[in-house]
Amino acid sequence: MTGVRVTDVAIIGAGPAGLAAAITAADNGANVLLLERDSHPGGILRQCIHNGFGLHYFGEELTGPEYAARFADEAAKRAGRVTLMTDTMALSLSGDRTITAVNPHDGPLTIKPGAVVLAMGCRERTRGALGIPGTRPAGVYTAGAAQRLVNLDGYLPGRRAVILGSGDIGLIMARRLTWEGAKVLMVCELMNYSSGLNRNISQCLRDYGIPLHFNTTVSRVHGAERVEAVTIVSVDDKRQAIPGSERLVECDTLLLSVGLLPENELTRMAGIELDPATGGAVVDERRQTSLPGVFACGNVLQVHDLADHVSREAETAGRYAARFAAAGSLPAPALRVRAEGFTRYVVPQRISAKPEGLIDLYYRVSDAVKPARLVVKSSDGGTILSRRKQAMTPGEMERASIDSAKLSGDTVVLTEAI
Amino acid sequence: MDDIITMAERPREFICIVCPVGCPLKVDGDGDNIVVTGNACPRGDAYGRQEFLRPTRVVTSSVSVLGADSPLVSVKTKGDIDKARIPAALAEIRALTVRAPVGIGQIIAPDLAGTGVPLVATSAAARV
Repeated sequence: MTGVRVTDVAIIGAGPAGLAAAITAADNGANVLLLERDSHPGGILRQCIHNGFGLHYFGEELTGPEYAARFADEAAKRAGRVTLMTDTMALSLSGDRTITAVNPHDGPLTIKPGAVVLAMGCRERTRGALGIPGTRPAGVYTAGAAQRLVNLDGYLPGRRAVILGSGDIGLIMARRLTWEGAKVLMVCELMNYSSGLNRNISQCLRDYGIPLHFNTTVSRVHGAERVEAVTIVSVDDKRQAIPGSERLVECDTLLLSVGLLPENELTRMAGIELDPATGGAVVDERRQTSLPGVFACGNVLQVHDLADHVSREAETAGRYAARFAAAGSLPAPALRVRAEGFTRYVVPQRISAKPEGLIDLYYRVSDAVKPARLVVKSSDGGTILSRRKQAMTPGEMERASIDSAKLSGDTVVLTEAI
Repeated sequence: MDDIITMAERPREFICIVCPVGCPLKVDGDGDNIVVTGNACPRGDAYGRQEFLRPTRVVTSSVSVLGADSPLVSVKTKGDIDKARIPAALAEIRALTVRAPVGIGQIIAPDLAGTGVPLVATSAAARV
């Protein structure tokens, strides 16, 4: 057993969120301990070898590994302040911000940080979460697991694939499997719209003639040892299977791209308040959670569309974690931010007692709205911002910047159809 | 040849990818007399023209690496290549093997499949 480690800021997860938080916390004077369970930093970006990252942050298009490497290199330049511990799994977080972790070199570790940044990212929903009936053969993968097999390990998971779910990872994997020599028969989407970007529908499916079937799901998996076929079925507007619409599709692989779940076991363990709409912590504009000195950013807080936004959010969390570690406190959350109308959620969910400057409100809508109006107002009725939008879809995270000086009480973010 | 597509065979309908609206674009005419319809803004017009006249893409993939702690390094074309050249580019990428160490940005193939565009590494591989 080694002794207790003391640090200004401990960050759990060295993906895009953790790396950016570490750099900013170090630049704000903190000593940082960055805990990563994998053997390399970079998180999910290591396997996202496609391009399209960094347009907002760097003004150029990068692949995932390049984007991650830029941040990993910046963190490495601050080696005097940022200590990266790989192969290190955080096991618990307590209400006094004590972290226990374990790795093969040090064994169990106890870490007493001045502030904590939660940057654990998210997990994929699995077949078990969907409850697809049928046999349990090999050949059913989450899209991200298949992405890792193809892009990092060099294995093609199958030759004839059906993809369930038209989120961006599923779309990217449709093109990847096609490029690496497999046949993608179709993408099935339960809803009547895709949560993926138009760009990916165009460049990953249409470019290769891969059909996208809306209002369609997989109702059964067939095969003893290996997937031999799936049954697909049309669903009605209540997402119920329409009897008689079943169709057997012969394939050897089923990929699932059916949503991401923020990985908040440690957050729950520490008793931090969670938002059921995001699956992440409730935070204020500084990304401070309900437990003082614990911050959250990136996909563990809300599932983002763009790594660029993760980096920006993480910089906010890192800056204020450093400030908390130095000062011992920050203004507590005071005002609420509420989602109304088609707004499904807003992050941050709280505004602190002493907000500064512009506050970016990130939100998503619950349904496709075309055209739409966004209204940000005080709960007593005063309009802070009103904006017409040609189209909003659940697949695109929206942002509204408001001046904190205009906040008088609780804030409402309303999206309505016009 | 897989890279010669006549005007008559080319797709003429696209979903605009410039912004979330996703306008359905239609391209009429040939040569210098091209008309894009369905777009709500000038950026859609430019996108429709480009997609019809000369669609290009960046190709990303991975190549085998020997003597490293990982089996693959990821790669990309350092710039757009003609969409029609993608199959030839992928075939050439599949046949490549490199030796560690590899650094990000290192040229893996100077002229990929005759496109004039180099293939570069997007991840690093240390020698073990």
